[in-house]
Amino acid sequence: MNATRVSYTLESTLASVNKAEQAATELAAKSGFDEDESGRIAMAVREASVNAVLHGNHYDPTKRVTIAFEVTADALTVSVRDEGQGLDPANVPDPLAPENLLKQSGRGIFLIRAFMDEIRFRALSPGTEITMVKFVRGADRDGSKEATQ
Amino acid sequence: MTMKSSSRKVDGVTIVDLSGRITLGEGSVVLRDTVKDLSSQGDKKILLNLGDVTYIDSSGIGELVSAYTSVRNAGGELKLLNLTKKVHDLLQITKLYTVFDISDDEASAIASFSR
Repeated sequence: MNATRVSYTLESTLASVNKAEQAATELAAKSGFDEDESGRIAMAVREASVNAVLHGNHYDPTKRVTIAFEVTADALTVSVRDEGQGLDPANVPDPLAPENLLKQSGRGIFLIRAFMDEIRFRALSPGTEITMVKFVRGADRDGSKEATQ
Repeated sequence: MTMKSSSRKVDGVTIVDLSGRITLGEGSVVLRDTVKDLSSQGDKKILLNLGDVTYIDSSGIGELVSAYTSVRNAGGELKLLNLTKKVHDLLQITKLYTVFDISDDEASAIASFSR
């Protein structure tokens, strides 16, 4: 199976978040993921898009969010990049810690980690790119859950 | 699908029937405003019926937590009713399942509020 690539360059709006989620749902289904898995992938993409639009670009109309999907026989890979000030994933508090459990925000990256098989963060200048991989069940994988470049 | 909210009162408990998506933007705002309005009216026993909520994202989860803490801080109780599997799984993953008082039966949920 050849790789299929689709990318969107979107405004920093909530409509873009919904578009990213919808595209992820459709591509995940086409990639062979079942309804539950497609839903988890779509939520991970939604959360990454929210981070890009809200926390990265702060809804700045001059900044764009780029979302790229790559479908292969083995996996669905999604990258979301913003043009913000950058994000250090090591500084994201653990939302499961007792002192954070009742906080209103801070669960997005945790949910991405929970729902995807691999996650990579890459610092851009400016901005951040998060790449998320979900393997088709039974496909080979290198065993790494997360890496920071 | 946007979120809809309607309230009814049974035995002194305000039941809020929610439907649709609780996500960043409209859904979260509807939930926040609904709970805020009820609290300002003096309602202290609030039961959120999530049976027709099809989707919640992290912002929606945050809004549920915020509603829970604001009602509790005002001396009230906020409980959840009829979670779908998706919402149930999300609350379990985020360890909030043990924080909220959750029921699948409306009558027993109503009875569980302090008199």
